[in-house]
Amino acid sequence: MSSDLRTPLARVGGLGSARSGTGHFWLQRVTAVANVPLTIAFVVILASLFGRNQAAAQQILGTPLVAITMLLFIGSVTFHMRLGMQIVIEDYIHGEILRPLLVMANTFFTIGIGLAAAYALLKLSFGI
Amino acid sequence: MVQLTLPKNSKPTEGRTWAYPTGARDVREYKVYRWNPDDGKNPRIDTYYVDSGDCGPMVLDALIWIKNNIDPTLTFRRSCREGVCGSCAMNIDGSNTLACTKHAGEIGGAVKIYPLPHQPVVKDLVPDLTNFYAQYASIEPWLHTKSPTPEKEWKQSHDDRVKLDGLYECILCACCSTSCPSYWWNSERFLGPAALLQASRWIDDSRDEAKGERLDNLEDPFRLYRCHTIMNCAKACPKGLNPAKAIAGIKKKMVDRQV
Repeated sequence: MSSDLRTPLARVGGLGSARSGTGHFWLQRVTAVANVPLTIAFVVILASLFGRNQAAAQQILGTPLVAITMLLFIGSVTFHMRLGMQIVIEDYIHGEILRPLLVMANTFFTIGIGLAAAYALLKLSFGI
Repeated sequence: MVQLTLPKNSKPTEGRTWAYPTGARDVREYKVYRWNPDDGKNPRIDTYYVDSGDCGPMVLDALIWIKNNIDPTLTFRRSCREGVCGSCAMNIDGSNTLACTKHAGEIGGAVKIYPLPHQPVVKDLVPDLTNFYAQYASIEPWLHTKSPTPEKEWKQSHDDRVKLDGLYECILCACCSTSCPSYWWNSERFLGPAALLQASRWIDDSRDEAKGERLDNLEDPFRLYRCHTIMNCAKACPKGLNPAKAIAGIKKKMVDRQV
């Protein structure tokens, strides 16, 4: 602080307003709302799979409505996770290099995990 | 990574225990944070015994009694002693509040007093609020108009005036901002509850003609969206205001102009 001769107002002003953030805030709410019915549907689908063999599970997961619901669930949950984890990173991680790096890693991780889950689901449902 | 523990030279140590008042019947124990920038030592927690029968009922009364009767070097800010100026904001019994409106009788056991958290300390209970005041200045807390100035006054209906209730009463004591974890971690970029409540006071003013510009200046992942509705601000506010609600109002306006 002592070597920083900027005025307090200059420090607070920084690089100015990013003029963004509302999109992130809004999408977090949209995916949160979507997650409510999708998570309930996911739990119901999961419960219906208990005690069944692979052929029966494949039949249930291969039904169009079930498959599409599951894909929507994966998409919505991983997108919501990416938005939420970015907030956590921005809250707690400081550093001009570390913060953007982790935000980037968060995007890679969530896209990766979302695609892996979708691939596993499609393989299980259709055997592709 | 944010700093979760105090730096080595900021860790408080056991301080001095001052003399027990002689002939007192109603004695209260006070544990007070002391730090002197000139002696190069770590902060310490001093113990004082206050004769409650000889001083007023509020925590500020006890601090003034200590300064007058035991230790004149104890340093703190105070002015109005009636919850209007906001000078005596400090952390009492684990919560940020005004020493002048905090009744010592509400506290069980020893009364623990620290400066407002996460601010540089000037001395003892006096925090450096330079950044806090600069953040307030940055929201330009005055009426912005473009229309020609009317001959008499800028008019406002009673209904529009009522919209400023719960906002204009803020005394800028900094209890809310310094109780907010988001402000602790990112106070250099997050404006904090007090500045945002004040921003909302001008955004909601029907006479102000710069709503859009004001919202533009706040629309930022750090300036505004660090608020996660933790609500410590509303719990701490000694004036009973709700900065979290005011911030939610700003976020709603941000969404309203986009969706």
